[in-house]
Amino acid sequence: MSVQAWTYLIVGASFALYIGIALWTRVASTKDFYVAGGGVHPVANGMATAADWMSAASFISMAGLISFMGYDGSVYLLGWTGGYVLLALLLAPYLRKFGKFTVPDFVGDRYFSDTARLVAVVCALFVSFTYVAGQMRGVGIVFSRFLEVDITTGVIIGMAIVFFYAVLGGMKGITYTQVAQYCVLIFAYMVPAIFISMLLTGHVLPQSGMGGVLADGSGTYLLDKLDGLNVALGLAPYTDGSKGMADVFCITLALMVGTAGLPHVIVRFFTVPKVRDARKSAGWALLFIAILYTTAPAVATFARVNMIDTINGPDSVGTLYEEAPTWVANWEKTGLIKWEDKNGDGRMFYAGDARNEMTIDRDIMVLANPEIANLPAWVIALIAAGGLAAALSTAAGLLLVISSAISHDLLKKVVMPSISEKQELLFARIAAAVAIGIAGLLGIYPPGFVAEVVAFAFGLAAASFFPAILLGIFDKRTNAHGAVSGMIAGMVFTIGYILYFKGIFMTPMAANVKENWLFGVSPEGIGSIGMLINFAVAIVVSRLTPPPPQHVQDLVESIRIPRGAGSASHIAH
Amino acid sequence: MSQQPLNPKAAEYWRANLRLMAILLAIWFAVSFGAGILFVDALNQIQFFGFKLGFFFAQQGAIYVFVGLIFFYAWKMNRIERQYEVDEE
Repeated sequence: MSVQAWTYLIVGASFALYIGIALWTRVASTKDFYVAGGGVHPVANGMATAADWMSAASFISMAGLISFMGYDGSVYLLGWTGGYVLLALLLAPYLRKFGKFTVPDFVGDRYFSDTARLVAVVCALFVSFTYVAGQMRGVGIVFSRFLEVDITTGVIIGMAIVFFYAVLGGMKGITYTQVAQYCVLIFAYMVPAIFISMLLTGHVLPQSGMGGVLADGSGTYLLDKLDGLNVALGLAPYTDGSKGMADVFCITLALMVGTAGLPHVIVRFFTVPKVRDARKSAGWALLFIAILYTTAPAVATFARVNMIDTINGPDSVGTLYEEAPTWVANWEKTGLIKWEDKNGDGRMFYAGDARNEMTIDRDIMVLANPEIANLPAWVIALIAAGGLAAALSTAAGLLLVISSAISHDLLKKVVMPSISEKQELLFARIAAAVAIGIAGLLGIYPPGFVAEVVAFAFGLAAASFFPAILLGIFDKRTNAHGAVSGMIAGMVFTIGYILYFKGIFMTPMAANVKENWLFGVSPEGIGSIGMLINFAVAIVVSRLTPPPPQHVQDLVESIRIPRGAGSASHIAH
Repeated sequence: MSQQPLNPKAAEYWRANLRLMAILLAIWFAVSFGAGILFVDALNQIQFFGFKLGFFFAQQGAIYVFVGLIFFYAWKMNRIERQYEVDEE
């Protein structure tokens, strides 16, 4: 069978599975719609969280980024896993004990203020829309490259599938589809990785293959060979990297704290039955994530060695273009690889300096990896199904946050508190449907700044939600004035710094180079400083204004103690 | 400020929780920001199978420790909660 036939078969089967689950999990109450009835098993929730968290970027782009960044790529590996430790220790159990539906719920109740609630709603909407646009784009790209339909059709098919299970099944539908999507995506990621690891190093586990000796009989360690290749091609050694230490530190911290502050991740911990399940579930989530996140750096090294060997040839003089393997031509058609014969010798050559003749998109390291390693057609088809699973699962989780922020936090809690549960559920479904439409439009007509604003999403979550939630649990003295001024100070500083260097809606005011950065911290890492500003402002302002009312202090006492946690509900205690 | 804890042992429980948390967060910081970033050059002088040790922590090692930390915390907190009688019924 051809690659395309396999792709239709595997992607079609996975879609049929998601639709089946959607029909099985239809819901009738807001509690089911927002938090899946609060009865999700911790291991299932861990899997769903992993799928929710691992987006098109984790699946398609991350290994490629690391492949080109070497040691510097560690910021993603550490940053996007370390946040779960913060989540499990500092946030998840207490938010579960608090037992409402959304993050703005907590901020609004803890700080006893609709202003705080609205600031939280705005942050949640901004972060989620930014993110979801990228996912729908990812869906479109996978469709257009593997199934050869145009991006618009691809996005519309993706929207229809998500619409089906998110609008019908709410959180319940999303949770169980995410469990299935995790299985699809991890299988799709591991199979080629294991194949290539065995071919290249003889190790079955890619994680140990990465530190193994090459199977070509040279007796050289894979990483030593890569360091050597990088230096010979005019780049920094693979294992050294070239970013400043302060910058690596701050980017890692911003990604970790941002992860812990992302509403679509936090809300998953409202769905488990007990406080102790929230802790255990965070452990399972990270374990499931770690399987992909420890494989990704291995895939990055394998793909890089294979790619350089194929393009530059075994004796590093370049491969004749006519003799190039078919994947080069295949991916040239999509524009992901470009060759420009600068020295006119008819040979392709990749290097980090003036000798370079290749333009290689980072995404190709995962998407074309099975072809580069000559793997069977069904393995190539798996990549398409896995990329779609990763993008759709994350999109669905984000759409739920958007829908609940509008129907629950905005309409029910602020604008029209008198609506019945049935009406609220209807609004939730309408909000989800509208959000899917907007997300689809953003996927079909992507604004030029999508990639740029991802730094925003993490920086903002780090500089706004995380300090407000953490102080809400651990510092009884923090009041509404402190929390609101802290969130606003953190956000204004972070947005201001990013706009200053990146422009986005205007011309940047300064060149985005190390010499201009504050303390050598790039816009990607500035959320860390924004977070510190938020903490400082919140603590100082709270001390200068009256303490929170007694019932709020009692609320803080009660969320610290696991005893007495019912399942997540509407009813105020 | 008058505090009326739900359980007489609640304050002690909270201190035990904070102590455990401080230890685990210190380890969290040491394996990621410490071994993987601040001291990466020094640790890279040590060879660990085919890896330089600092590079290994930055790209794999720290993640394994993170997983271990969360499961240990979940297990230990269940015991602490029973000890101070604040566990869920």
